[in-house]
Amino acid sequence: MALPSSGPRRRSRFSPLTRQVFLYLFCLIPAVSDIAQGMANTLGPNPVSVCLHDFGRWAFRFLLISLAVSPLKRFVGLDVMVYRRPLGLLAFSYAALHVVFYVGVARHFDVHVLWKDFTSRPFLTFGLLTFLILLALALTSTRRAIIALGRRWAKLHKLVYVAMILASVHYAIAFKTWHTEPFIYAAIAAVLLSLRLVPKAGKRTV
Amino acid sequence: DAPVAASARGWPAAETPTPRDDVTHYNNFYEFGMEKSDPAELSGGFHPRPWQVQVDGLVEHPQVWDLDALNARFGHEDRLYRMRCVEAWSMVIPWQGFELGALLRAAGVKTGAKYVAFTSVVRPSEMPGQRGGLFSLRWPYVEGLRLDEAMHPLTLLATGVYGEALPAQNGAPIRLVVPWKYGFKGIKSITRITVTDQQPPTSWNQMAPDEYGFYANVNPDVDHPRWSQSSEQIIGEGSLFRTARRPTRLFNGYAEQVASLYRGMDLRKDF
Repeated sequence: MALPSSGPRRRSRFSPLTRQVFLYLFCLIPAVSDIAQGMANTLGPNPVSVCLHDFGRWAFRFLLISLAVSPLKRFVGLDVMVYRRPLGLLAFSYAALHVVFYVGVARHFDVHVLWKDFTSRPFLTFGLLTFLILLALALTSTRRAIIALGRRWAKLHKLVYVAMILASVHYAIAFKTWHTEPFIYAAIAAVLLSLRLVPKAGKRTV
Repeated sequence: DAPVAASARGWPAAETPTPRDDVTHYNNFYEFGMEKSDPAELSGGFHPRPWQVQVDGLVEHPQVWDLDALNARFGHEDRLYRMRCVEAWSMVIPWQGFELGALLRAAGVKTGAKYVAFTSVVRPSEMPGQRGGLFSLRWPYVEGLRLDEAMHPLTLLATGVYGEALPAQNGAPIRLVVPWKYGFKGIKSITRITVTDQQPPTSWNQMAPDEYGFYANVNPDVDHPRWSQSSEQIIGEGSLFRTARRPTRLFNGYAEQVASLYRGMDLRKDF
């Protein structure tokens, strides 16, 4: 089979939209699985906490994967651009589940506690800011928004780099001690972000 | 019967014990790993027998006790205690054990003694959390109490839970239980108890002094820097879509018994 970058591309039997929707739904399996297990009471003594943390980690993973799409095209020649939007929306969806579980299920929508959480506890402030950025990007991910925003769209969506950094800090300082996993995620994020700094051939660097 | 023994101490007996499986499968014991499922999963290689506890320091009769000798001498009684973790979750646990005060009286505390220091076991070959771990706590895990806290009748050396010998993940074969303090004060798998005139170092305080104080009394008005302590999630209750929560009480509800120990102290400063 020919690589996408070399030779004529095989036409898929499915339209890009169908493939995007399929990827999106397929990648929701971890969420469905957690919720199904939680309802069946097989997630252990604290199912809420398992879901909350799983959703957060999946949000981070999809953020990393969506940020790998353009370097994959540029440096590897693998063009999966068509999946970037559903991957970004997956990051947002898992982040939304993460936030809903925190605010609603774990904190019972207690406005007093939540206000204090988000204003005086740095790891939660970082988390909330990450979510607000992802929300803004998700809301402007429609074709209509892309056309309406024009050149400003690309600028706005560069905020995903900020989200990546905020999420890295949020995850790293969320524990009582330093854990290894957040640093692995942050290292991958750092690589993906620094690839953006590699000057493009034939273009003037500013 | 556990609830009766407990209520005899003057606090409400109407507490529902947390399901046994939750007590034995959801807890912190960093010697085995950082996740709360790690202790149950990774403690299979731990050997709690034979076991000795060294009692020394400012005592008339320093002694190395064999665990069987401790059990024979001090026996055990049931204590149904609330357990409030510093992470804002709680359980109700039926322990079996004896009062630390009984052991200290047998050892004969010398005048001038002010504190009791506790040391936990170091066995990297049996405790995966003690191997490597760039980011982990320093071993051995150490804890401490003021002498009057250690002598308080609520302070227990537990050797069993739910009517059976302590499982490895819960601190076999002998651990401390101080029900009005956050759970991390309850040092597990104790190997040494030293009576001293100096405030001893404590593991979590060494790790993050602004987050974990020496006293670590349960206090809804003193938040952990990263989360509120005003309420607690009740493990074993609630559903996937709604946690069970209740307000946290000062001294974990044992104020009547222990508040006098801290009279005149600023609990915000000495948290």
